Amino acid sequence: MTRSGEPRERRDIVASFSGVSHRYRGAVALDDVMLDIPSGVMAGIIGPDGVGKSTLLALAAGVRKIQSGDVAALGGDMRSSAHRRTCYARIAYMPQGLGRNLYPTLSVFENLDFFGRLFGQDAAERRERIDDLLRSTGLDPFPDRPAGKLSGGMKQKLSLCCALIHDPDLLVLDEPTTGVDPLSRRQFWELIERIRRRQPQMSVIAATAYMEEAKRFDWLAAMDAGRIVSTGSPEDVRSRTGEKSLEDAFVSLLPEEKRRGHRTVRIPPRETLDGPPAIEAEGLTKRFDKFTAVDHVSFRIEKGEIFGFLGSNGCGKSTTMKMLTGLLPASEGRAWLLGQPINSGDVSIRRRVGYMSQSFSLYRELTVRQNLDLHAGIFELPRESRQARIAELLEKFELTGLANSYPEGLPLGMRQRLQLAVAVLHRPEMLILDEPTSGVDPIARDRFWQYLVDLSRNESITIFLSTHFMNEAERCDRISLMHAGRVLAAGKPQALTAARGAATLEEAFIGYLQDAAGSGRNTIPEVNGSRDGIVVPATARPAADRPVDLRRLWAYARRESVEVLRDPIRLAFALLGPVLLMVAFGFGITFDVERLPYAAFDQDQSYESRELLANFEGSRYFRRMPEIAGAEQIDNRLRSGEIKLAVEVPAGFGKDLKAGRKPEVGIWLDGAIPFRAETTRGYVGGVAMGYLVERAKLHTSNANALLPADIGIRFRYNQEFRSAFATVPGVIMLMLIMIPAMMTAVGVVREKETGSIANFRSTPVTGLEFLVGKQAPYVAIAFLSFLILVAEAYVLFGVPVKGSFAALASGAFFYVLAATGFGLLISSFTRTQIAAIFATPILAMVPALNFSGMLTPVSSLDGVGRAIGLGFPSAWFQQISVGTFAKGLGFAELWQNHLALLVFAIAFIGAARFALPKQED
Amino acid sequence: MRGSLANIYRLGVKELRSLRSDPVLVVLILWAFTFLVYSVAKGEKFEVQQASIAIVDEDQSALSRRIGAAIQLPFFREPVPIAAGGIDKAMDRGQYVFVLEIPPRFEADILAGRRPAIQVDIDATAMSQAGNGAVFLQNIVSRELRSFIQKSDEGDLLPINLVVRTKFNPNAESVWFTSVMQIINNITMLSVILSGAALIREREHGTIEHLLVMPVTPIDIMLSKIWANGLVIVVSALLSFFLIVGWLLQVPIAGSVMLFVAGAVVYQFSVTALGILLATFTTSMQQFGLLVIPVLIAMNLLSGSRTPLESMPEVLQAIMRISPSTHFIGFAQAVLYRAADLTIVWPELVAMAAIGAVFFVVTLARFRKSVTTVQ
Repeated sequence: MTRSGEPRERRDIVASFSGVSHRYRGAVALDDVMLDIPSGVMAGIIGPDGVGKSTLLALAAGVRKIQSGDVAALGGDMRSSAHRRTCYARIAYMPQGLGRNLYPTLSVFENLDFFGRLFGQDAAERRERIDDLLRSTGLDPFPDRPAGKLSGGMKQKLSLCCALIHDPDLLVLDEPTTGVDPLSRRQFWELIERIRRRQPQMSVIAATAYMEEAKRFDWLAAMDAGRIVSTGSPEDVRSRTGEKSLEDAFVSLLPEEKRRGHRTVRIPPRETLDGPPAIEAEGLTKRFDKFTAVDHVSFRIEKGEIFGFLGSNGCGKSTTMKMLTGLLPASEGRAWLLGQPINSGDVSIRRRVGYMSQSFSLYRELTVRQNLDLHAGIFELPRESRQARIAELLEKFELTGLANSYPEGLPLGMRQRLQLAVAVLHRPEMLILDEPTSGVDPIARDRFWQYLVDLSRNESITIFLSTHFMNEAERCDRISLMHAGRVLAAGKPQALTAARGAATLEEAFIGYLQDAAGSGRNTIPEVNGSRDGIVVPATARPAADRPVDLRRLWAYARRESVEVLRDPIRLAFALLGPVLLMVAFGFGITFDVERLPYAAFDQDQSYESRELLANFEGSRYFRRMPEIAGAEQIDNRLRSGEIKLAVEVPAGFGKDLKAGRKPEVGIWLDGAIPFRAETTRGYVGGVAMGYLVERAKLHTSNANALLPADIGIRFRYNQEFRSAFATVPGVIMLMLIMIPAMMTAVGVVREKETGSIANFRSTPVTGLEFLVGKQAPYVAIAFLSFLILVAEAYVLFGVPVKGSFAALASGAFFYVLAATGFGLLISSFTRTQIAAIFATPILAMVPALNFSGMLTPVSSLDGVGRAIGLGFPSAWFQQISVGTFAKGLGFAELWQNHLALLVFAIAFIGAARFALPKQED
Repeated sequence: MRGSLANIYRLGVKELRSLRSDPVLVVLILWAFTFLVYSVAKGEKFEVQQASIAIVDEDQSALSRRIGAAIQLPFFREPVPIAAGGIDKAMDRGQYVFVLEIPPRFEADILAGRRPAIQVDIDATAMSQAGNGAVFLQNIVSRELRSFIQKSDEGDLLPINLVVRTKFNPNAESVWFTSVMQIINNITMLSVILSGAALIREREHGTIEHLLVMPVTPIDIMLSKIWANGLVIVVSALLSFFLIVGWLLQVPIAGSVMLFVAGAVVYQFSVTALGILLATFTTSMQQFGLLVIPVLIAMNLLSGSRTPLESMPEVLQAIMRISPSTHFIGFAQAVLYRAADLTIVWPELVAMAAIGAVFFVVTLARFRKSVTTVQ
C-alpha cells in the first residue's frame, strides 16, 4: 500500500480507494472505485440514491469489510485489523437515519456519557467534554431528556456530539441532515464549521442529498452507478459541466438515460374548483399526557390544491397528518376529509386517500413488487389492469430494476420511492404525504414533483405534504409554517417571503422560527472567544490492542442496566414470572396418582367381594364413581374418560377364594397416559395385597406365606416423598435457563434492527467487551432471581438447602452465565428479533425440560435423549440443584458439574463472539 | 364483506411470504416438528423403564441370586453388584435410582420363618420413577419369595389372580403418548410466539399503522394472522403426525383422524389468538419474550400432557381450564387413544372455541390502542 515515492501527497490524503468493488447479493454497489479524499477539509460525496455512497463511507470508516480492492484511511491499510484497531479511536462514524446510533431510552447526557466511556475517558474529562458539546450545540437545556423524545434535528445534533466526543481525526457522516429542518440543518453545519476551526486537522467526509449544502463543502466527489464521475471543488465540479447551479451540474453529470425526461418542474396556475374543501380542520388539538403536540390548528385545503406543511422537527406536522388519517384520535377540534367528518372506523374514505408516513412503514420482508401487489389487492385494483399499473409505477419511480429486491437493503431514497409508489397506487383523490422526498436525490425529487403537479393540475387531486426542502415549499400553492404545535403563518410562499421582507423563503422561514422560539433558544449560543476554542485535554487514547478493556465493557454493562431499569415491565416479568411458576409447579407437578375415578362391577355381591372393594374405597388413590351395571358399560365409561379404572369381580369370587380356587379379578385400565396406567397398576396390586394380608391374618394367622420377609422402602433425600422436594430444585433449574436466555436473546439482534450496532462496529469496543458487557446486567438479574427462588423454596415450601449453599450459589452463577451466553449466541446469529424469540424456547425447552433429569433421571436416559441432556447446561445444574437442596452435597461431590457449566459459559460466549464479526460483511 | 375476505386472504399471503423470507424461522419449525418430536418420543420415559439399579448382596445365596435375576428389563436394567459401603456415594452422584440390599443369612432366615428384612433404597428426587419403581420392586421381590418358600416355579401363588388389561395402549408404550404430546406442545409454543411476535414486529416497523389507513380493519388483520400462521403450524403438525408419529414411530391411531384435525384447527385458532393477545400487553419484543416464557412453560407442564390433570390441586385445575391447551390435550387423548367420537368430546371443542373467541374479542378491544402506542 505504501507509495513511498509520494510522501507529501500521502499526508494530504485522508482516505484513498483503489480498485474497490463491492456487491450485495449480486447487485453492484461500488465498481472499481479509484478515489483519494483530501485530508483536513470538508469533503462531500454526492450522487443519486443507491449509487454506493453509503458503502464508500462505511468502507472508509472500517465498519464494512472490504470485498476487493484496497482502502486506506489515516495512512494505513483498512484490511489490516491492527491498523483498524488504532483507527477506531481516531475515526467517528455517523450512520444514515435520524439518531440511528442513539439509545432512545437513555437521556442526552447518558448517551454522551456512554460514548465517552467507550473511548476510555475518565469522569472529569467526560464531564468537561459533555458540557462543552452540549453548550456548543444548544442542547444544554435538555441533558435529561430521553434521546427518543428529541426532535429529528436534535437527534442529529446529539449524534454528532456522540461522534465528536473523542476528538476524531476523521469524521464520517452519512447523510447527516436528511429529514432535518432547515434551521437545525444550518445549525448542524455551523457546529461542524466551528469544531473544524478549533481542530483544523480534522477531516470530514459527508454524503448529502442537499446541493445547497454541498455547495459549501471544500471538495466534492460525484458518484454514479458505483463509480466516481467527477471530483474537485464545488466550483470545479459545476464549471466543468457548464451549468449554472450545482443542482443542475449534478443532473448533467448523470448518464443520458438517467437524465432522460428530466426537466425543470413547472407549475401551471391552478384553476379554482367549486365544491367543498378537500380537507378542513378546525381547532385540531392533540395532547399526550401533559404535552400538547398540536395546539388548535385550523386550515382549509381546496380540491386540487398543493398544500405544504413546513416546520421544525417535532413541531406537530406528523401528528396533525395522523389525526387526519384517523390513526390518532384528536383530543379536541374537528376535521373533515372530502366533506366527511373523520372517523377511524370508516373504511370507505380510506380508499380515496393515499398516505405516506415519515418513517418507512412497508414490509421489509416482502420484495418491492410484492409490496405493490399487496396494496393493489387491498385497494381492489381491477385484476386485469393491476400488473400494468404496477409496471407503470415501477417505471415512473425507477424501481423496475429493483422489483425483486427487499426494501431492507435498499438505500433510503429508494425506499421512499417505493412508499410514494404505494401511496399513489390506487389513484386516490387526495394524498397526505409526510416528508415524502426526504432522502431522495434531486432528480428523483423533481420527477416526483412533476408527477404531483400533473396529478394536481390535470386530475384535480388534492395534495397535502410536509417537507424540509425550500425549493419544494416554493412549488406549493400555499404553505403553512408550524412551530411547537401551532401554525405561525400560512399563505402563498411568495407572500410569506414578502411579508417578512426576506430574500428567500428559507430566510423568511428561519426568521419566523427564531421569532417564535424566542431569542437564542433554538439557535446556537455564541460562545465567547476563549470558550469557543475549547481547550480539551489530550485524550488518553486507550490501549487499543488490549484484548479486554474493563472501562469499555463497563460502558456497555452500565448502559444495558440503565435500559433495563427504565423498563420496569421487563424487570417485573423477569423476576415475577419464575416466582409464580414455582408456586404453580411446586403444588402442581406431582407424580402421584390421586383421586383416580374408578367404578366397580361386582357380580358376586358376597362378603369377600365387598371387603375387597372396600379396600379400594378406603384408598386415597381412588375415587369411587357409580357402580357399573353391565359388562358393556366398562368399555363405554372408560372411553368417555369418566373413569380411568374398572374393577370387575366375577360371580362366585367369594366361594372360589374360600375354596382356594384362585378366582380372577378383572382390572381394566385406561392406558391413554401410560405413566398413569402403570402407577395405577401398582396401586391396584397394593390394594389387593393389602386385602389378602388382612384376610390371611384373620383366617389363617399365617401371613408369612404371602410375604415371608419385610420389604423396607427407604426414600432417600426426601423421606416423606413430597413432590415439592423434587420439583423445587427442578423449577429453579428450569427458570434459570429459560428467562435469562430470553433476556439476552433479543439483546444483540435488537441493536442490529435499530441500527445502534453501528456503535459496536465503529468504536474501539471489542466483540468480547460488547458481549460480556451486554451480558453482565442480565447475569445480575438472573442471580437475583435465583436468590429470590431459594428464599421462596424455603419460606413457601419448607425446602431448605441441605448441602453447601456456596456450591449451589456458585453453580447457579455459572449456570446463569451459560444461560445468558446461550441467549447471546442466538442473538448473534439471528437477523431478526422474531427469529431470536422463536429460537430460544425451541432450542432450550426440550433439553431443559425433557432431558435435564428433572422429570426423568439422566441415568435411565439413553441414546439421543442422554446426548441432548448432557449437551446442554441444564442437566449439569440439575445435579447441583438436587444435590445441594435434597442430598446435602457440596463441592467435593459436585465440582465436575461446576466445571462443565463453566465450559458451557465460555463456549457459548466464544461462539457468540465468532458469530458476530466486528465488521459488517 | 367480500372485500374483507379478500383482504384477509391477501394479508395472510403476506404473512406466509414474511415467514418464508426468514430462513431461521422455517428451519426452526422443521426442527421442532421433526427432530424434537422424534427425540422426545424416543428419549423421554416417565414410566419405570430401564431404571438404573444396584444390588448389595451380602447373602450370596440361591435365593438372593434368584431375586437378582428376577429384576429384568424392560423395567430395570441388570442390577449392578456393589459393596455396602458404596451406596451413599453412588446414590449421591445419581448413578442408581434404586439399590436393593439383601442382608447376610437372608435365605436361612426365610427358611426358618424369622421374617428377615430386605431394604430398598430409592432416590426420591427421581420423581417419575421412585414411586412406581418401589411398587414394582416390592412385587418382584415378594413374588420370588413366595415361589421360593412354596418351592414352585409356576407363576405367582397369590390366592387371587389379578387380570390386568390396559385398554387403548395395551403395552403401555410411552412413545404413543409422548410423541403426540410433543406435537401439541410444539403447536402451542410455535403458534403463540409466531403470531404474537409477528404483531410486535409490525408495530415496531410501523407497518400496522400503515395498514390501518388503508381499507383494512383490525379484524381483517387479526384473522389473516390467524389463518396464515395457523395454516403453517397445522400443516406442519399434521405432517409430523403422519410422517414422524405414524410412519417413523409406528404409533397406531385408534380414533378419527378427521376429528383430530378439526380439533387441531380449533385449538390453533385459540392459541394464535392468545399469542396476539399477549402481544397487546407488551410494548417491545423483549417484554413479549419474557411474558411468553412462563405462559408456555405453564401450558407445557400443567395441561395434562406430562402429569395427569386430576392429581393437581383443584384450584390449579380450575385455573388451567382457562388454558385451551388443557382442553386440547384432553380432546386429543380421548380421540386418538380412546377413539372417542364427537358425542364424547364436543364439550372440549366448545370450550376451546369459546376461550379462543374470548381471547379474540379482548384482543380486538385492545388492538387499535396498543398498535398506536409504540415504545
